[in-house]
Amino acid sequence: MATADVRRELFGHAEQTNYLTHSRGFLSWALTLDHKRIGIMYLVGVSAALIIAGIFALMLRAHLYYANGTFADASWGLLQVDNARYNQLFTLHGAIMVFSFIIPSIPAALGNFVLPMMLGAKDVAFPRLNLASFYLWVIGTGFLVAALLTTGLDTGWTFYTPYSIRTSTHVVFATFGAFVLGFSSIFTGINFLVTINTMRPRGMDWFHMPLFLWALYATAIIQVLATPVLGITLLLLIAERVMGIGIFDPDMGGDPVLFQHFFWFYSHPAVYIMILPAMGVISELISVYSQKRIFGYTFIAFSSVAIALLGFLVWGHHMFTSGQSVVMSMIFSAITFSVAIPSAVKVFNWLATLYKGSILLSTPMCYALSFIFLFGIGGLTGLFLGALATDIHLHDTYFVVAHFHYVMVGGTLTALFGGLFHWWPKMFGRMYDDFLGRIGCFLVFLGFNLTFFPQFVMGSRGMPRRYATYDLEFQVFHQWSTIGAFVLGIGIVLSFGVLIYAALYGRKVTGNPFGAASLEWQSSSPPSFHNFDHKPIINDPYDFDSLVYDETLDSFVLREFMDPKQVPERQPVAH
Amino acid sequence: MALAESTQEHHEHHEHGEFIAHHFDTPEQQFDSGKLGIWIFLVTEVLFFSGLFVAYTLWRYHHPQIFEQAHVHLDKYLGAANTVVLLFSSLTIAWGVRCAQLGKNQAVAILTLITMVCAAIFIGVKAVEYSHKWDMGILVRSAFTYDGSGHHHEATLPIAKSLGVSDWLIWLSIVPTILLVGFAFLSTFMYLTQKPLWGKFWAGMVVTIGGYFLGAIAGHIYMKVTDGGVGGKHVRAHSEPLVLLAASDEQKHGDDHDHAQDHTAKQKLDRDIGIFFSIYYCMTGLHAIHIIAGIVALSWIFYRSLANHWRPDYFGPVDYVGLYWHLVDLIWIYLFPMLYLID
Repeated sequence: MATADVRRELFGHAEQTNYLTHSRGFLSWALTLDHKRIGIMYLVGVSAALIIAGIFALMLRAHLYYANGTFADASWGLLQVDNARYNQLFTLHGAIMVFSFIIPSIPAALGNFVLPMMLGAKDVAFPRLNLASFYLWVIGTGFLVAALLTTGLDTGWTFYTPYSIRTSTHVVFATFGAFVLGFSSIFTGINFLVTINTMRPRGMDWFHMPLFLWALYATAIIQVLATPVLGITLLLLIAERVMGIGIFDPDMGGDPVLFQHFFWFYSHPAVYIMILPAMGVISELISVYSQKRIFGYTFIAFSSVAIALLGFLVWGHHMFTSGQSVVMSMIFSAITFSVAIPSAVKVFNWLATLYKGSILLSTPMCYALSFIFLFGIGGLTGLFLGALATDIHLHDTYFVVAHFHYVMVGGTLTALFGGLFHWWPKMFGRMYDDFLGRIGCFLVFLGFNLTFFPQFVMGSRGMPRRYATYDLEFQVFHQWSTIGAFVLGIGIVLSFGVLIYAALYGRKVTGNPFGAASLEWQSSSPPSFHNFDHKPIINDPYDFDSLVYDETLDSFVLREFMDPKQVPERQPVAH
Repeated sequence: MALAESTQEHHEHHEHGEFIAHHFDTPEQQFDSGKLGIWIFLVTEVLFFSGLFVAYTLWRYHHPQIFEQAHVHLDKYLGAANTVVLLFSSLTIAWGVRCAQLGKNQAVAILTLITMVCAAIFIGVKAVEYSHKWDMGILVRSAFTYDGSGHHHEATLPIAKSLGVSDWLIWLSIVPTILLVGFAFLSTFMYLTQKPLWGKFWAGMVVTIGGYFLGAIAGHIYMKVTDGGVGGKHVRAHSEPLVLLAASDEQKHGDDHDHAQDHTAKQKLDRDIGIFFSIYYCMTGLHAIHIIAGIVALSWIFYRSLANHWRPDYFGPVDYVGLYWHLVDLIWIYLFPMLYLID
C-alpha cells in the first residue's frame, strides 16, 4: 500500500481546484459558508481595522512628539489636533483596536481557518452562524466608523458614565457598534465550543487536540459567558442616553460605579479573549519549529482554562481608585496575583520545549520568541498594577498604557503575525520570503520596545495617560516613543507586504512544508473546498517523529507511507 | 489508522438524509451539535438578563421603600393571567416537541400555532398594562410625571375616544393591525395562486396576530370592570402612605427645614420611584422583545410543520425553539414575583 502513488495523492501538489478557485465572483465570497473563506474575509476586515486604528495611533504619537502638541497650532487647518480632537483620536484608536481588531483577530481570522481543519472536519458546526458573525462584525465596525465620521467620540473606549451620558459626541452610535460586535463575538464563541465538542474525529480525545484548540476553547468560554454582560451594559447605557432611565446617572440617583463594575465584568475577561488565542498560537509555533514534543501538554491545556476562569474574578482591579471598599480591593488584588501562576506555567513550558529542541529560526519562530520576551515584560508589569499600594501611584499613568500594549501588541499582534506566517503557506499554497519576513519581525520587535519601554519610565515618573500636552521633562521619552511607533509601523507594513507578495508570487509549496504534525497539514496547500480529499489520518499533533521528509514530493509525509528501507529509525520519545 | 478504512468511511457517509448538512457525518452528530449550541445560547441569554437582575438587586437592597411603594402600580391579576398564558404555551410547545419526535407534523403545526397565539395574547395584555401606565405619567426615571392622583390623560384620538381606550393603546396597536391586514392579504393571495401551503401559513399568522387583539381586548375589559384596575380607587388608597412617608422622613430631620426644602424632598422621593419603573420597563421590555423573537422563530417551526419536515430522526429545530421558548417563559416566572408580588 505504501506506494509512491498513494503518497503523491495524499501529500503532493493539488492539481484539482482548491477553496480559492472552487467558485468565482463576488457573491461566491459574500455568501460563502466555507469557514476558510470566512476566515480570509475576517482577516481582510481585521487588517483594515488595524490599519485605520494604527493610523490614529501614529497621529497621536506624532502629536505627542513636542510637549505642546505638534499639531496644536491652528495653522494646520484640517490636520489641527486640539484637545477635543486628541480625545476623539485616542478614543477611536482604542475602541476600534479593541472591539474590531484584537478581539476577533486570532479567533475569528486564524481560528476560523484552522480550527475545523485541526479537527479533520469539513466545516464549523454552524456555517450560517459563522457567516452571520462576520456580517455582524461588518455592521458593528460600520457603526464605530460612522461615529468617527460624524461627531467623533471622546469618552475613551471604556464609555465611563456619567461623562458618556453628557458628552455631545455620538455615544449611541459607538455603543451600538460595540453591542453588535459583541454578538459577533458570541456567535463565534458558540460555534467554536460546539465544533470542538461534537466534531472531534474518532480517535482524537481532549488530550490529543492541538493546544491551539484548547486555547480557542477557553477563549470561546469567555466570549460566551462575558460578552452578554457587555451587551446588556451597553444597552442600558443607550437607554440611559436616549430615555434617561437613571440607573447610571448620579443626577437621578443612579450609580456610575455600577457601570464600571458591569463594564469590567466583561472587559477584564475580554483581555483574556485577546491573549489566550495568542498563547495557543505560540504553543503550536514553539513545538513545530523546535521539532520537539510540547513540554507539559496537560499543564498548558489546563492553564488556558484556569486563566479563563480566574479572569472572571479579577474585574475589580480596574476600580482600586474608584471608591470601592478596601476589603474588595484586597480580594481582587489577591486573585489578580493568582492569574500570574497559569501564565507563568505556560511560559516555563515553552522554554522547556525549546530546551534541546532542533530550533529553526524562521519568521514564525522569531515572532514566537519575541512573544515570549514581550509577554514576559507585559505580564510581570501587570503585577505592579495589581498590587494595591503601587497601583495608587501608577494608575492612569503611561505605565498602564505601556503594560497593556506589551500584552496586546507585544503579545497578541506578535502572535497574530507569527501565526499568519506559519499558516500562510497553508492558506495560499505559497511560501513567503523568509529573510524579509525576519527583517519585518526584527523591526516590529525593535520598534515596539522603543515605543513602549520609555512609557514605563515616564509613567512611573508621573506622566498621566490621555493628555494632549505635557511637561517638558517628559519630552525626551515621548520623542523616543514616537520614533519607535514609526519604526513599528514600518515593520508592520513590511510584514504585510511580505505576506501579500508571497500570496501572489511566492514559491509554490506542498501539503506539509514545515513538518508539523497537526491535521491541517495533511490537506493540500491550499486546501480543497472540503478541506481534505481523503479523511485525515488521526495522529498525535506533537509527535514530530511520525513524519519524515520525502524529497520526491518536497513535503513531510507520515512515515507509514514511506518505503521502510529509506526511513530512519524512530527516535526514542524525548521529554 | 489504516488508509483503506478511512477512505471507505469517507464514501460511506454519503447516504445523507434530506436535512443533514454536508459537514456532519450522522444525524445524531447534527442533533447533538444543535442541542449543545442552543444550550450555550440560552446561557448567554441568562447572562444577558443578569445585568438587569443585578441592577434590580442593588436598587432593592439600597432603596427597599421605593419598591414597596412602586409595585402597587402593577396589577398582579393581569400579571398572573400572563403567567398562566405563558405556562400554558410552554406546555403546548413541549407537547409539540414530542409530536415532532413521533413525526406527527399536523399536531406539531396546531400546537405551535397555539403557542404563538399565547405569545401574542401575552403581548396584548402587556400593551394594555403599558398604555395604562403611560397615561398616568408612570414612565422611566427622567420622564416620570406621576402625581399620585391616579389621574389619566384624556384620549385625544377620535378612534381612541370612540372605543373608550387610551391613545397609547391605539399607537401600540398600529403595527399589529398592519400585520393583521398584510397577513390576511398574503393568505388570500396564496390561496388564489394555488399555493395552499403558504396560504395556510399566513392564515396561521393571522390567527396569531388575532391573539394580540384578544389579549388587548380582554385586558381592557378587565380594566373597565375593576375601575381602571391599577390606579383605580383600590390603588389610590395604597399610594397614600407614599406621601406620608415622605413627610415623616422630613420631620425626623428636625424643624429647621423651610417649606421649599420639604417640597423638593417629597418630590425627590416621588421621582426616585421612577427608578423602579426604569428597571421595570427595561426588564419587561427586553422580555417582550424576546417574546416577539420567539413568535418569529415559532412561525418558522409552524411553516416547516405544515411542510411535513419532521421525522423521528429529524426534529432538532422544534426542540431548539422549544428550549428557547421555555427560557423566555422561565425569565417571566422570575420577573412576575420580583416586580408584581413584592408585598
